[in-house]
Amino acid sequence: MKKPSLPAYNFAYLDEQTKRMIRRAILKAIAIPGYQVPFASREMPMPYGWGTGGVQVTASILGPDDVLKVIDQGADDTTNAVSIRDFFAKVADVATTTRTTDATIIQTRHRIPETPLTQGQIIVYQVPIPEPLRFLEPRETETRVMHALEEYGLVHVKLYEDIAQHGHIATTYAYPVKVEGRYVMDPSPIPKFDNPKMHRSPALQLFGAGREKRIYALPPFTNVISLDFEDHPFKVQRFESRCALCDAQDVYMDEVITDDRGGRMFVCSDTDHCETRRSEGYQGAGLPQHGAAKADWEAAQ
Amino acid sequence: MAGTTLLDGGFTAPVFQSQAVFRLVMNAMAKPGRIVDLGHAVQPPSPLEPAAAAFLATHADYDTPVWFEDSGADAAASWLTFHTGAAVTKDPATATFAALSKDSPVSGWQNFAMGCLSYPDQSATLLLPVESLRDGTPLTIRGPGIETVSVIAPRGLPDGFTETMASNAAGYPLGFDLLLISGSELLALPRTTRLVEA
Repeated sequence: MKKPSLPAYNFAYLDEQTKRMIRRAILKAIAIPGYQVPFASREMPMPYGWGTGGVQVTASILGPDDVLKVIDQGADDTTNAVSIRDFFAKVADVATTTRTTDATIIQTRHRIPETPLTQGQIIVYQVPIPEPLRFLEPRETETRVMHALEEYGLVHVKLYEDIAQHGHIATTYAYPVKVEGRYVMDPSPIPKFDNPKMHRSPALQLFGAGREKRIYALPPFTNVISLDFEDHPFKVQRFESRCALCDAQDVYMDEVITDDRGGRMFVCSDTDHCETRRSEGYQGAGLPQHGAAKADWEAAQ
Repeated sequence: MAGTTLLDGGFTAPVFQSQAVFRLVMNAMAKPGRIVDLGHAVQPPSPLEPAAAAFLATHADYDTPVWFEDSGADAAASWLTFHTGAAVTKDPATATFAALSKDSPVSGWQNFAMGCLSYPDQSATLLLPVESLRDGTPLTIRGPGIETVSVIAPRGLPDGFTETMASNAAGYPLGFDLLLISGSELLALPRTTRLVEA
């Protein structure tokens, strides 16, 4: 080969016609917040379930001046995040970061960063099942009519059944929301802990479901209300423990098993938030937080 | 744009120029009322304004019929078809994008696709050229994308504009999405945006 630098694919991988089609879908999605716009999802060089919807949305909006952050369950350093970040570094030669505040585009799998997003930032969610009614009504023809007629009683029945069975709303992730008083939307499988962050967020939020071929969006400052009942208002979980590494409280935690004697610790799910706090001098209690190892340690003291 | 021929005036670097235009348009849609400048990356024949041409060059292709209101728009239509492959339609109901004329009579806007309740996205995007986006009568707008309220001041809106926009917003989720255009500048009024009494 005389010109090894000649690219074998277009900027950001997708061809221009595909980008145009996705861009038109994004504009309609922004104009109808919460409505799932069908689009002609393409095969990507990664399997469905690895964020092909989010990748296609990101590829269609991405420009050479963007700074991209990719997270998977809050972490910048897990397989899905690393491979998608490397993918765009390769096919678009785009700058990447792990710092939430430095990013212009954040592609996420199942978390919203703890650091509040700002105006001008774009967050792209990877969505497995975009249809909030799908597990209640498997037929697409029916769910489409239910959205058209604003017939959302079934979702409330589901939440009510939670209360009847468990005494409280036991849905903890992919918690359905109502957008601007019209469309019920699946926020993707983010923990319901993150639902309040979507409400009137100053950032533009885009959702891509590759296998299911849907794109939807929330413009900045859009009302996003988690469904609930007057006597069972929407509540997010609180964590008793502080982060073992950075001492953070009131953030979403991962529980990490540390030994086979009940030892475990809680750490921030958002790795950037945790690292930033530690670089600012915050320090957690460290190991062990719970379990027999902790009792031994305390006895030795 | 005197001297422009059919074959000239397209994007010189389509991948990056169309990406830049799209991002500005997306920002404009995400924040209704914000004026964005799409620049002069394309030089269309008249009566197509630079911002309308940049929008169409970025978003139109063989999947998106375009409708021209101006009777003297043949050169512009041919230019668009050559550069994008988009078909020019005579039937407003089939148009994905509509290039309106200045002072476009709003009574005709009901002929455009508004989508149906099952597919409200199958609706037209209208491009309306106005005299200016900055020094007209102030209009207060609110809706998704706007933190509280915002003020736009386009000059040269057609008669009956506010009533048409009110009925368009009332038909939500059906309706058209409107882009106001002046020169290379554009502001978006998606169907969610409501004009309110100042």
